Amino acid sequence: MTLSIDPQKTNNESLQPKGWIRYFSFSLDHKVIGIQYLVCGFLFYLIGGTLASAIRIELASPMSDFMPRDVYNQVLTLHGTIMIFLWIVPVVNGAFGNYLIPFYVGARDMAFPRLNAVAFWLIPPSGLMLVASYFVEGAAQAGWTAYPPLSITTPQSGQIIWILSVLLLGGSSIFGGINFIATIIKLRRPGLKLMQLPMYCWAMLGTSLLVVLSTPVLAGTLILLSFDIIANTGFFNPVLGGNVVVYQHLFWFYSHPAVYIMVLPAFGLVSEILPVHSRKPLFGYTTMVFSIMGIVVLGLVVWAHHMFTSGTPPWMRLFFTIATAFIAVPTGIKFFNWVATLWGGKISINSAMLFSCGFIINFVFGGITGVALAQVPFDIHVHDTYFVVAHFHYIVYGGTVFIIFSSIYHWFPKVTGKMLNEKLGILHFIITFIGFNLCFAPQHWLGLNGMPRRVAEYDPQFQFVNQISSLGALLMAISTIPFLINVFLSVRNGKNAGDNPWNALTPEWLTSSPPPVENWEGEAPLVEEPYGYGKEISEQK
Amino acid sequence: MLNKNFYLILIISLVFAISFWIGFNVNLLPAEASINAPIYDELFKILFIIGLIIFIGMTIAVIYSLFKFRKRNDQIGDGIALEGNLSLEIVWTIIPSIIVLLIGLYSYNIYDRMGGMKELNHNHEMMSSNTEKIWAGISQTSENEISINNLSIEVSAMQFAFLFNYPKGNFISGELHVPVDKKISMKMESKDVIHAFWVPEFRIKQDIIPGQPTILNFTPTKVGKYPIICAELCGPYHGGMRASIVVEEESDYNEWFNKNKKPEVNL
Repeated sequence: MTLSIDPQKTNNESLQPKGWIRYFSFSLDHKVIGIQYLVCGFLFYLIGGTLASAIRIELASPMSDFMPRDVYNQVLTLHGTIMIFLWIVPVVNGAFGNYLIPFYVGARDMAFPRLNAVAFWLIPPSGLMLVASYFVEGAAQAGWTAYPPLSITTPQSGQIIWILSVLLLGGSSIFGGINFIATIIKLRRPGLKLMQLPMYCWAMLGTSLLVVLSTPVLAGTLILLSFDIIANTGFFNPVLGGNVVVYQHLFWFYSHPAVYIMVLPAFGLVSEILPVHSRKPLFGYTTMVFSIMGIVVLGLVVWAHHMFTSGTPPWMRLFFTIATAFIAVPTGIKFFNWVATLWGGKISINSAMLFSCGFIINFVFGGITGVALAQVPFDIHVHDTYFVVAHFHYIVYGGTVFIIFSSIYHWFPKVTGKMLNEKLGILHFIITFIGFNLCFAPQHWLGLNGMPRRVAEYDPQFQFVNQISSLGALLMAISTIPFLINVFLSVRNGKNAGDNPWNALTPEWLTSSPPPVENWEGEAPLVEEPYGYGKEISEQK
Repeated sequence: MLNKNFYLILIISLVFAISFWIGFNVNLLPAEASINAPIYDELFKILFIIGLIIFIGMTIAVIYSLFKFRKRNDQIGDGIALEGNLSLEIVWTIIPSIIVLLIGLYSYNIYDRMGGMKELNHNHEMMSSNTEKIWAGISQTSENEISINNLSIEVSAMQFAFLFNYPKGNFISGELHVPVDKKISMKMESKDVIHAFWVPEFRIKQDIIPGQPTILNFTPTKVGKYPIICAELCGPYHGGMRASIVVEEESDYNEWFNKNKKPEVNL
């Protein structure tokens, strides 16, 4: 526990490169690593977004006419894999977690800085390898779920590279998870109690527990799958007596918690952003903490709701229905608490606030369709259709990606010392919000009426609705332009932010912008009330 | 002057009224052509209405807060230092729990009415007492189950087609013909990768798994031609893997059946 106030520098400063070159180095500074995660993730987001645009161009017409059918399957596989493993998971955990957690616990760096750097540097090579597999013999084309026997029978090199890449990314995620748990539990500044931590710490603690508990299962499963592919073993290969349904159980044992690995950190981030911009304490801190932990526990026992049409006996279907539906309770508590945080505040309507409110609206919608999908009889009709595609994009894009943008608007002044342009930010929000809803809301109807997912061709009666959806996708692609312009202009000529432009109370704002290498010139401040808004005013009076 | 509670109650009743109106008047689903379909649509309607109430309510709350509590130019300082309210927290823990529990029990009831809780490897008495029930799901295959049904069909799926074998007529068809209002029992098996049998108008779907036969029972109720869609990614031509199911009157079906029937060959 003495580590956090130890004045001895954790980094050997003279060995650390200075200037922009440090972002390309094996830096041990948690802030540099956070930015590395963010920029690297954003580059992969642009690649994944390009693939998404290709999918929507293909689907603008009912025939398979834009790209060859096997390439289409490669594109949708890469789109899913890149967006999950190279954009959302690394950014919402790695980028913001690395940047913020040491500030929040009052430490000078993460618990294991070298492990931290290793975790980041696993990502660019595995990502590039994944993208490059397209040029070898074609990328993996069995979807991001890689269900056997399809993944065993499609061209092998692409699938094997996919497995290797996901294994490395999973490893990176586990390293990160261990580091976050150690930092939050052991590196807290003396005097700082667990129940005084900003909510993002709790979200990252819960997320990291999920990462550490479930990612090894995915790793083991993919290793067995690779044996089936390379060494002709028969774990999942029905020709050799393997069981394909077992793979689905193992895969979803990781991949459902993966949803919470993607949204829980977003829940944490929005809990930091809303109080600052509505000038009110976070409503119901204690229940927020308990609902995060409730989601973690329930999140581990709901995986078979992805398999209601595969091989599951009736009792199992019912258990997973009830367990899944009950996740709505702790999740609902969080949303009511956020609205209660807004209520009676003095809300600044800026880009960060708008993206956070967009998140609440989109996620409530996605959560409602999620409760519906949890019901076995409901799911049997819409499973593997565009209804499901719409649902999870409402969760991961309308939810998490909105919060990533909200967070960028919120913490950009801290990271760079410059403000982002608000007009461009609000323009970015409006185009994204309209484009997103135009793209994904109509897909619910498509799924209900008979359009399965992962198809390159469809019944011509669905053409008009698909074109609306493609138009929405076009708007989403366009929305990136004002954002990029904003970032580039503001880094160069943005208004100086000062140390604390939002008058926020969480510890990262109590140092200079950008912060010095060891976070604070002197001792780390003790912040006992990270959400104590409205209090100083009453004291002054 | 009317008080605040009046407006609150007015808004809540408006949200309910709008949600019920949309729920009963907007149809998002395709035609109903099996016993399953109206049961499914009943569940859909209930979930749709509850979902609309919550969604519209939350959206109004967020947008109202943004307008009502936005910071005016002349304002300085913070909002009220309200850190929580235990009774509110209890209310919005218990009410959603009850709603979720009721939805779960209701969907159990729906699932049971669809025949989902019925074990497939059972004896004759249970079968005869439940003939109206349809079962959409999977269980270990029971040869018994197949043989005692009036119309049993064997489905084999492969990249990228469905084949329908009529054991009684000793022929295979690429188009599924079934008589209306009669229970159909299908034993499905895949030759290569996982496929799925989906008829949107019937609201049923079941994966077809290699190495593990699955059973799907249903009763069509409306004459017509409906698409059979593969709903599990099965390879490059997945999107083109479709077939048709033709539901026809018993007499039309018999005519079609007799035309295709092959005489039994004694080997």
